[in-house]
Amino acid sequence: MAQVSMTVNGKSVSGDVEGRTLLSSFLRDHLSLTGTHVGCDTGQCGACVVHVNGESVKSCNMLAVEADGAEVGTIEGQANPDGSLNVIQQAFQEHHGLQCGFCTPGMVMSAAALLKENPKPTEAEIREYLEGNICRCTGYHNIVKAIMAASGQDVGAIAAE
Amino acid sequence: MYSFEFEKPSTIAEAVAALGAEEAQALGGGQTLIPTLKQRLAAPAKLVSLSGIAELKGVCVEDDGALAIGGGTTHATVAREAADKYPALADLASHIGDPAVRNRGTIGGSLANNDPSACYPAAVLASGATIRTNSRDIAADDFFQGMFTTALADGEIITSVRFPVPQAANYQKFLQPASRFALVGVFVARFADGVRVAVTGASEDGVFRWTEAEQALSADFRPDAVKDLKVDPSGMIGDLHGSKEYRAHLVGVMTRRAVAAAG
Ligand SMILES: Cc1cc2nc3c(=O)[nH]c(=O)nc-3n(C[C@H](O)[C@H](O)[C@H](O)COP(=O)(O)OP(=O)(O)OC[C@H]3O[C@@H](n4cnc5c(N)ncnc54)[C@H](O)[C@@H]3O)c2cc1C
Ligand code: FES
Ligand code: FES
Repeated sequence: MAQVSMTVNGKSVSGDVEGRTLLSSFLRDHLSLTGTHVGCDTGQCGACVVHVNGESVKSCNMLAVEADGAEVGTIEGQANPDGSLNVIQQAFQEHHGLQCGFCTPGMVMSAAALLKENPKPTEAEIREYLEGNICRCTGYHNIVKAIMAASGQDVGAIAAE
Repeated sequence: MYSFEFEKPSTIAEAVAALGAEEAQALGGGQTLIPTLKQRLAAPAKLVSLSGIAELKGVCVEDDGALAIGGGTTHATVAREAADKYPALADLASHIGDPAVRNRGTIGGSLANNDPSACYPAAVLASGATIRTNSRDIAADDFFQGMFTTALADGEIITSVRFPVPQAANYQKFLQPASRFALVGVFVARFADGVRVAVTGASEDGVFRWTEAEQALSADFRPDAVKDLKVDPSGMIGDLHGSKEYRAHLVGVMTRRAVAAAG
């Protein structure tokens, strides 16, 4: 067992974990932050994407001990301080960027990382950035629309499907 | 995943010492190793994380103009920091997997793993790069020894990779859309003294140099120079994603595209 300490959504947390404990399981099972979803547990689907020191990572593909001392951001930390949805979350709601919602935490975290790096992405850039986030419901179209809208761009330009 | 001890040294010397233990294994970005541990295809007694070693990270230009990339440098960092020094290499790094994979996965991990469909081995072989470890320098031509096999000894760490920068180069990856690895990938590099062509994703022996194409392109660096060359399908990978013949055909197509794009 090893002690790990990190900042999660601005709060200091610590816990005892085994070497093999994944960051996804530390967040979900130790901290009860179950907004981070585990879809595939193989690094393929992106449902488990969180931010570690500001960068998107797949939390099922990182050991909790590797995040010792890091700043971690999860979907639970995305809403505005008053509890209302942030711009990206609001855009997902308005543009029907989710159906079952399973992929959504990862999609929102990836979208946030994209917009930090590239505040006005093109449709092609959004689609490429989301290559590691799989959605089995929406067909991606409304997710792309939502991210365009969240970045303050006109979504009319994206052909309706 | 079986349980293991975990150690996170902060220098190469400490990591080498820690890897001297029975059944110890290095952990780079974990993008290949963690899924492998989950499947119980590897069961190290101890994992030695390389992520806390500052001297393994970064991209720098050496006195003779070659580009040296630390073994623990992530794909995302190479994509950013090599962009103006070796654009074809940065472009290759920027298309490995997806952004989250690129933020963790490292060049050292990719080369040590030597997946037959991985991208970096093609760049390293085509550039005639040198793999530097904690104990020696290994030429790219000696490093890759068949699928998932390299010249590395147990516990040996890739500390950096030294790339001579070509006059012109390009990597063309025919995407295997499910894995996001290369179904076939070709890296073409043109140096003052000749052209090198390395192919990944295609052969049952892993990455290889296509020497006929190298000769033809060294004489005449145009896509047409290789249009009549054929690759023998017999040693190619054949699976549900593509037959041997299909991959052999793609080697030619990707080579021509790479030459056209390198200009
Ligand atoms: C969804 C997904 C898509 C991917 N797509 C691609 C792709 O398109 N192209 C591609 O090339 N790769 C792809 N990869 C693989 C990715 O590039 C990995 O990051 C890489 O193969 C392994 O690097 P790592 O740092 O994560 O190493 P790890 O997984 O930590 O380690 C891999 C192996 O290397 C050893 N090792 C690690 N670092 C060193 C070192 N410095 N010296 C010696 N040995 C070391 C480890 O002991 C282990 O045996 C993908 C991976 C995923 C999960
Ligand atoms: S659960 Fe981590 S990538 Fe699918
Ligand atoms: S909304 Fe169901 S998986 Fe994306």
